[in-house]
Amino acid sequence: MADRTIPIEGTLDLTPPPVDQQTWLETVHEWVTTVDHKKLGLLYMMLSIFFLLVGGVEALAIRIQLAVPNNHFLAPDTYNRLFTMHGTTMVFLVGMPFLFGFTNYIVPLQIGARDMAFPRLNAFSFWMTLFGGLMLYYSFLGGSGLYGVGNAPDVGWWAYAPLTARAFSPGNATDYWALSLIVTGVGTLGGAINTIATVICMRCKGMTLMRMPLFAWLMLVVSGLLLITITPLTAAQIMLSIDRYLGGHFFDTQAGGSAVVWMHFFWIFGHPEVYVLVFPAFGIASEVIPVFSRKAIFGYPAMVAASVGIGFISLGVWAHHMFTVGMTSVSNAFFVLSTMLVGVPTGIKLFNWLATMWGGKIRFKVPMLFCTAFLFQFLIAGLTGIMLSIAPWDWQLHNSYFVVAHFHYMLVGAIVFNIFSGIYYWYPKATGRMMSETLGKWHFWLFLIGFHMTFDLMHVVGVDGMPRSIYTYEADRGWAHLNMIISIGGFIQAIAVLIFAYNLFWSYYRGREAGSDPWDAWTLEWSTSSPPPVYNFAVPPEVKSRRPLWDIKHPEDPDWKYE
Amino acid sequence: MLFFLLLPALAFADGPQSMPSIFAPASTPASDIFSLSLFVLAITGGIFLVVAGILTYVIFRFRDKGDAGDKHEPAQVFGSTQIEMAWTVIPVLIVVVLFLTTARMIFAIQDAPKPADAMDVTVVGHQFWWEFRYPKLGIVTANELHVPLSAKGHPEPTYLKLYSADVDHSFWVPQLAGKTDLIPNHPNLTWVEPQQPGLYLGQCAQFCGIEHAKMLLRVYVDTPAQFAAWVKNQEQPAVDDQSPEVVAGRRVFETEACMNCHTIRGTVATGRFGPDLTHLMSRSTIASGAVPNTEVNLREWIKDPDHFKPGSQMPAMQLTNQQLDEVTAYLETLK
Repeated sequence: MADRTIPIEGTLDLTPPPVDQQTWLETVHEWVTTVDHKKLGLLYMMLSIFFLLVGGVEALAIRIQLAVPNNHFLAPDTYNRLFTMHGTTMVFLVGMPFLFGFTNYIVPLQIGARDMAFPRLNAFSFWMTLFGGLMLYYSFLGGSGLYGVGNAPDVGWWAYAPLTARAFSPGNATDYWALSLIVTGVGTLGGAINTIATVICMRCKGMTLMRMPLFAWLMLVVSGLLLITITPLTAAQIMLSIDRYLGGHFFDTQAGGSAVVWMHFFWIFGHPEVYVLVFPAFGIASEVIPVFSRKAIFGYPAMVAASVGIGFISLGVWAHHMFTVGMTSVSNAFFVLSTMLVGVPTGIKLFNWLATMWGGKIRFKVPMLFCTAFLFQFLIAGLTGIMLSIAPWDWQLHNSYFVVAHFHYMLVGAIVFNIFSGIYYWYPKATGRMMSETLGKWHFWLFLIGFHMTFDLMHVVGVDGMPRSIYTYEADRGWAHLNMIISIGGFIQAIAVLIFAYNLFWSYYRGREAGSDPWDAWTLEWSTSSPPPVYNFAVPPEVKSRRPLWDIKHPEDPDWKYE
Repeated sequence: MLFFLLLPALAFADGPQSMPSIFAPASTPASDIFSLSLFVLAITGGIFLVVAGILTYVIFRFRDKGDAGDKHEPAQVFGSTQIEMAWTVIPVLIVVVLFLTTARMIFAIQDAPKPADAMDVTVVGHQFWWEFRYPKLGIVTANELHVPLSAKGHPEPTYLKLYSADVDHSFWVPQLAGKTDLIPNHPNLTWVEPQQPGLYLGQCAQFCGIEHAKMLLRVYVDTPAQFAAWVKNQEQPAVDDQSPEVVAGRRVFETEACMNCHTIRGTVATGRFGPDLTHLMSRSTIASGAVPNTEVNLREWIKDPDHFKPGSQMPAMQLTNQQLDEVTAYLETLK
């Protein structure tokens, strides 16, 4: 830290911006018409946080209903709609927009670019995602015509055929579901193409692929996965719509169609999708852990190889969601093996993070707290994943609360924890203000306690034989006490998220000035001012190693001597 | 932490229990799966202890002590090929062990040869109830499955052919076997070989619509004597009671829409959309396990099925109070 010269001299145009008094209409106009990657990144993030709150409220309603047996808080059809909307929202309107929010904001800054490769496509992708989300939620009003509220889709986010056929799902609720996923899918594809083009073509001078930050690497792999997996999902939605309106019989079992084909289409999208959602978490961990451990990432080439390896293997594991549908024993064995193999590169990543921390001087600021919890929970989620890959055991665990616990451990315990970590880490860059550490610690500890109350115990009720997707259960099954604790944990998490939301606002106005490099970090986004100017870098930066800012801060011991 | 939390689930109760835990198996595929799961728990538990131990050590050993004078960065280590190899090869070996163990059990359970004298049952999933047909015995019943106990030295497994009349369902009785889906146009097969008599609870495990939660399953594992008695009763046609109220009730059943959906063997009622009611009174629950089969509940169910099971496929037939009394009286005779 001897001689810090951040921002890098010459990277900034230091003429003060003109003081402009915008009316609110001008501000709105500026945000709606923007093609700036940073503004679009923030729009994506705001979209995600908004839908996170909506999906969270749905989850709370579900938990109130399940807190006691034979509850009448929600009617059965309402309950089914809420868990369908909860799943669809969290995957398509929270997880994916977060992904693109981070990608948009961070990747161009990290690779020293001035914007994404296709700024207008970027804006188009965002608005398609937003409109898809609005269309999905409009189904509450319009799903079965304007006869009243509560008409959202009720077929589960996996929407297995033939329950989605018109014979079993009359009205338009299912159509809203199918069409809105096609629309958000278009947005997702646009974002993926844009990310790939940006990472391939827009890197600054000296930044070879093997010098690129791991976050950018992971987003590159994610975008490749999305190009492959959104396609079958969109195809399936189109086939479903043909079935429903044009007399097709792809999934119409009463006319010889196949319910199993839908499952294949859905899960060849659906399983890689899990990795799509978790890769941003990996990316954030790969940035936060080195900076807060004060060490370079351990085994960078192995991390890159593991990421690409997970991407490839994840395309061949989808039917482990289908061990109970009656595939042949050989197919089952194949998918057992491919699923277990994912564990190997995943383990490599976990070990490399641990090795990065080993021998460091770990600073437990809020981003690192979330990241540490991520490591612990990701370990458990991986191990329960191994359990579920054991096909005979999966015949018991499949569709039980054990599975619900497992994937929430991944989606909340790993992904949401690291999304919080990433927000606390990059918020100073985007706003120029630090988030409150005190509120952040309250957020962290409450969320951690609530999370473990809820999702640890879900494993137990699952083993006790409680299936998922049920709106109520019998009192004599012995699931009641645990479900009550699970629900209380859900509310504790909700309080924590409210503290987080408050922190976002409070810090924007009252937070400490951040400066350009508050964490003493090493990647290029910290070399420009906070928030960065529209053009990011006045002079395109040039790098010689994976940690350009380390080289500047430690001219006596630069990285490029070793890499 | 998680693994300690799994302990309370290890209620090693013998025989049937009201909590259908997968860790209290009472039948062959379930008990095999249970022992496999203990093996996997041991391996994953070991991995957990090692990795979580390292993580905990790292957190406490390498935290920044905040010494004001010490501004030095720690030694920068970029990686080590040997270490990377180690933590690639060891997990691969673990995968090999787990895979071979798992594959052996998949083949043992899924491809188990079916004995010639095995009991056959055809299971048909409906929204939101179960139809059970015994092709060799000519018996049709619903929601409460009876299977014979498999004695030591004289194994008597029951093979279940699984069909669906409408959407996807899944047959799951945790203490007996893992679940297998009932998918239209895609017949499946599963089997149980129960070793302890009694009542085992389960339910549909694939979301199948509004009343998925109340598509409950009851499986009675009968001793040979119990099973023979049950079969003998089920093989009879419906009881023909000639008391005036029952006759009136039967007329209601056959003139209102009831018989379009329900079969009562020995009468003109041959509908197949709803459960077979020939021996309704031999079952301890109605509405696929939603409520006990009492006279009060039965009358309420006929009057307004949505009261117990909102969204059930059975319509409320708008019967008068007198008609309700009569048809209930009729059904009460179907022992």
